[in-house]
Amino acid sequence: MNLIAALTGNPREEWRERASAESRLLPQGKLSGPMPWVIAIMIGLTVVASACGLALRNTARVASADVAGGVTVQIVNGAPRERDRQAQAALAALQGAPGIASARLVPQKELDALVEPWLGTTAGDDVNALPVPALIDVRLSGNADSAAIGGLRTRLGPAAPDARIDAQASWLAPVFEAIGALQWLAGGLIALLAFATVATVLLASRNALSNHRATIEIVHMLGGTDAQIARIFQRSMAVDAAAGGIGGLLLGVITTALLARQFAALGSGMMTAGGLGWTDWLVICCIPVGGVLLAVLTARLSVLHALKGML
Amino acid sequence: MIMTAVKHAEAHCNNSFAVEETLQRPFFHMDCRVWPIWRNHRCAANGYSLHHMSQNEDAEIVHFDNVGLRYGTEKEVLTDVSFTLYSGRFYFLTGASGAGKTSMLKLLYLAQRPSRGLIRMFGTDAITLPRDRLPGFRRRLGVVFQDFRLVPHLSAFDNVALPLRVAGVPERDIVKPVTDMLDWVELGDRSHARPATLSGGEQQRVAIARAVIGRPDMLVADEPTGNVDPDMAIKLLRLFEALNRLGTTVVVATHDVHLLRKVPDSLIMRLDKGRLSDPTGALRYPPRRTVAAPRPDMVLR
Repeated sequence: MNLIAALTGNPREEWRERASAESRLLPQGKLSGPMPWVIAIMIGLTVVASACGLALRNTARVASADVAGGVTVQIVNGAPRERDRQAQAALAALQGAPGIASARLVPQKELDALVEPWLGTTAGDDVNALPVPALIDVRLSGNADSAAIGGLRTRLGPAAPDARIDAQASWLAPVFEAIGALQWLAGGLIALLAFATVATVLLASRNALSNHRATIEIVHMLGGTDAQIARIFQRSMAVDAAAGGIGGLLLGVITTALLARQFAALGSGMMTAGGLGWTDWLVICCIPVGGVLLAVLTARLSVLHALKGML
Repeated sequence: MIMTAVKHAEAHCNNSFAVEETLQRPFFHMDCRVWPIWRNHRCAANGYSLHHMSQNEDAEIVHFDNVGLRYGTEKEVLTDVSFTLYSGRFYFLTGASGAGKTSMLKLLYLAQRPSRGLIRMFGTDAITLPRDRLPGFRRRLGVVFQDFRLVPHLSAFDNVALPLRVAGVPERDIVKPVTDMLDWVELGDRSHARPATLSGGEQQRVAIARAVIGRPDMLVADEPTGNVDPDMAIKLLRLFEALNRLGTTVVVATHDVHLLRKVPDSLIMRLDKGRLSDPTGALRYPPRRTVAAPRPDMVLR
């Protein structure tokens, strides 16, 4: 057992010893400077951008699922009796038909509530003055694509000749496009922040290399390897990035929570649908880890590249 | 098994060096106690081994063939330099200021590539040597820089320990030899002092301690006694001699003619305006071992 221990040693102990010995080669304090703060800001912004992107994705998903099979049938006829007759006939034709999950005639009260913001509370009372179409809210068992809409037209044609059929998804298409654009924007922001982090780490590493050039030359002359020197820098950067990452995560989470509170106060169903799930929070918590890895990798590669220029 | 080997090596070393002068004892003590441990330490498997003398006497250690060196577009500072250094010899490199001593030492400790010619070190072409193999070669060299090049933020202790730490020697095996070495150069009480608080002579001694602590295959020293008093200069020379007797090839660049007389078996190379002359037959093979006091024409003007 002792022989094995003597031959293999204790890797963890050796790693700790090596790290301790190497950390003494360069003054660690001077490597830090404002780096943790810069990384904290970067990580904080990335967390907020990611949270927004994930919330938008959730909103789009829920809304898309809601309206995917949604179809609105409007009976547009100025004569109230004829309109009601066609509405009832259309409802009867739709209920129980294949491919229809549900069909519901929207009550007059709901119609009044829908037009109230534009036409006032009494608009629906005077039916002769302003006729409002009858609405049937239909849920298809599949997607409301053009084939399904065409099938509905054929089915409703004889019963309700004044019926107009619209897929709800087509109304919301511009909204989904806007959400998609915002998601791309969030992704772009994250990419830019990652790029800015890399650039900052690159500059910090080069600056530190320049400050410690004389020491590095001595270490080289004494047989120090590039990997040893790079390890010192990457270790220092890892500490800075970890400190900054934790700070940035806290900053980002607090900001996200405040934003979520503000949006939740709007009471909109779509906003509520954009709430973050536990997997989203897991992704957000991974951001500092990714930031640390990115910073460490950047520091290592930049230092190794710079050291190649030295004999 | 390893521990037995270590103990055996220690016993062997202690017997071998029991007759050495008291002055040299700490150094040899360190050598015997620490080296076997270093050899067996796992760091060797990771490429962090410190090398030790194992060359045969008269084995070629460095070979320069028609080497020239110029900086930029300036004229050559070294021209047609050809020589061979053999393992276990003590060489002085002398010459006037600006003769090219430091440039030649830079080539020797691989800080500079020549503009032309061939350099072979430890049997390997040093010019085409891949960059990732340079550290291994440098760990076989001990260098005393003319400007000391101590790391300013490290204490005297940490500066001396630097080659051992770079080589991956465990901390537990560092304290004793470094303390011994600092005691030897009479800086035991200043081990925590930063270079900025040390005098020129003290910095010089720290630099020398750092160069010899790893017991290199070849020690290259650029004016190592330039900043110390005569007594300390002699003491440091004795250290170099002791190291030389263990098999280390020593190359000392100096313009101090008195120093040349202090090491009787030394061989002298002289640089004059970038060209090498051989006043003591140092460059012949086999090199002439017995050297009288330097001739008057060797005295620098």
